[in-house]
Amino acid sequence: MDNETATTSLIYAERPPQPSALSNALVFGWRAVLKFKHVPEQLFDLVMTPIMFTLLFTFVFGGALSGSTAAYLQYFLPGILVQTVVFNSMYSGMGLSTDLGKGLFDRFRSLPIWSLSPFAGLMVGDILRHLIASLLILLIGILLGYRPEAGIIGVVEALLLLVVIGFGFGWIFLVLGLVMRTPSTVMTMAFTGIMPLVFASNIMVDPATMPGWLRVFVDVNPVSLMTTAMRGLMAGNATAAQLGAALIAPVLLTASLAPLTLWLYRRK
Amino acid sequence: MPDTARPQKGAAIEARGLSKHFGDVRAVDGIDLDVPRGMIFGILGPNGAGKTTLLRMLATLLPPDAGSARVLGYDLAKSPHDVRASIAMTGQFASLDEDLTGRENLILLARLWGFRGQSAKKRADDLLIAFDLADASAKQVKDYSGGMRRRLDIAASLVVTPGVLFLDEPTTGLDPMARKSVWRMIRSLADAGVTILLTTQYLEEADQLAARIAVIDHGKKIAEGTSRELKTATGSGFLHLTLVDATRIAEAERLLEETTGSKAQRSSEGSALSLMVDTPQNANRAIAALIDANIELADFSMGAPSLDEVFFALTGHITESQPSPGEA
Repeated sequence: MDNETATTSLIYAERPPQPSALSNALVFGWRAVLKFKHVPEQLFDLVMTPIMFTLLFTFVFGGALSGSTAAYLQYFLPGILVQTVVFNSMYSGMGLSTDLGKGLFDRFRSLPIWSLSPFAGLMVGDILRHLIASLLILLIGILLGYRPEAGIIGVVEALLLLVVIGFGFGWIFLVLGLVMRTPSTVMTMAFTGIMPLVFASNIMVDPATMPGWLRVFVDVNPVSLMTTAMRGLMAGNATAAQLGAALIAPVLLTASLAPLTLWLYRRK
Repeated sequence: MPDTARPQKGAAIEARGLSKHFGDVRAVDGIDLDVPRGMIFGILGPNGAGKTTLLRMLATLLPPDAGSARVLGYDLAKSPHDVRASIAMTGQFASLDEDLTGRENLILLARLWGFRGQSAKKRADDLLIAFDLADASAKQVKDYSGGMRRRLDIAASLVVTPGVLFLDEPTTGLDPMARKSVWRMIRSLADAGVTILLTTQYLEEADQLAARIAVIDHGKKIAEGTSRELKTATGSGFLHLTLVDATRIAEAERLLEETTGSKAQRSSEGSALSLMVDTPQNANRAIAALIDANIELADFSMGAPSLDEVFFALTGHITESQPSPGEA
């Protein structure tokens, strides 16, 4: 068949010079961007729950908790940003689990590329997710009357802290993504773990009214420490101690789980 | 780059005593393979025989527990990166990003291989045309049919023409039309000089495509040769019988085994039997015995064994039956 000879001549290609590790990593970053283009629905998943939380807590509980909805929103918004990023940090792990299940990683691993470059793509996806979700929530907050006293600079610093938080928590779910069989298991584990962490914190209410035993936990809960630092950055009165305390968990998580993630990935 | 130093001599694949255990299961248990360059080599075996594990080891995805192998002269354990640079693997499940379009999937891989900018796009477009996917290039892969996915998956393995292409059950789950088109593609690749190692549980596929076939079962290689050699080794004459009344098959089986002394094999349809007979006289006696017992025959023939029968003779059990047309 003529068709076959055409096929044969078209398919032959020599290998171009080997690209750099950075180039490999950028290609995976491009893949993460394409995902946003093709699956815009995922934005809905990212911000729907935090938007509902913001509206419900502000208008239903806000007046009772802080005297007025405006005062409560000012207290609550930096915290809901932390909560959003912590929850959304599970998406990389779910994506990893999906790719592993579909055999996509087998293809990547049988290519002569820098073996860790697929993770660069996951990180690019993470950073985009955290920035997009945080900006959307912040925008809605501002429309409802929230005002970051520290202005643009404070907001930019806060966004940076959020990306660092998401990056740190992301490792937990990358490990789960490598260990769990299905993406939905990763999600279930994420909810089970994160729920108590965000509720038993200072995100929604001032811990002053909580029983003493609970306050012991709330005060050292990394989510509380991060929320305090976020409030400080947005208000322009964050102390170095607050920032340091907020960074403990992301730094510890990265230092311990990044090597574990790579080890699990390499022996899979 | 290692390309310039690629060893040009020797077999495409040379494996010695490759083994992989999962707990107590010896998935691959000491397999030797010699695949010459440019050949389509078939690994035939039922589900769970160890075919995929063997392929994954040769594609550097799984370290062997014992044994060694060289692919195009590169040692699997010592230079896995060189092996990866000379092979491509198409796994059993389409390893594509479902959310991206077919074209984006190919551009992604082309860029990972080192094609830049426009040349990556051109490579993707050339492959889409060659694999008859140009019309679907802008569609997300999740909207592709099974046959289209499979073609894209194979195209994805050819972004850079590999020295050795591993195909793990390339047509499992495809309808007969799509299967024929994948077969055509595999043959034209072999014509272009690509060594192809494919696994299959379909005897017909091995028979149609592979110049040599290794039969594996329970992780061990139990036979190897051309399909003709395998058939000859099993015995020259096979008697194929189809009964009018399928309910009498057990009785027919017993009579046949009594008169010929060789074991009869039931087909998956339930009304057909086949057995090895060494002479026409024996065949005659076997048929006469059935007629004497009033077992009516719808059809009978003498001939060379099919690969199915070869497999049965070698392993003592039947492979998965072929999906009937339209079922897959």
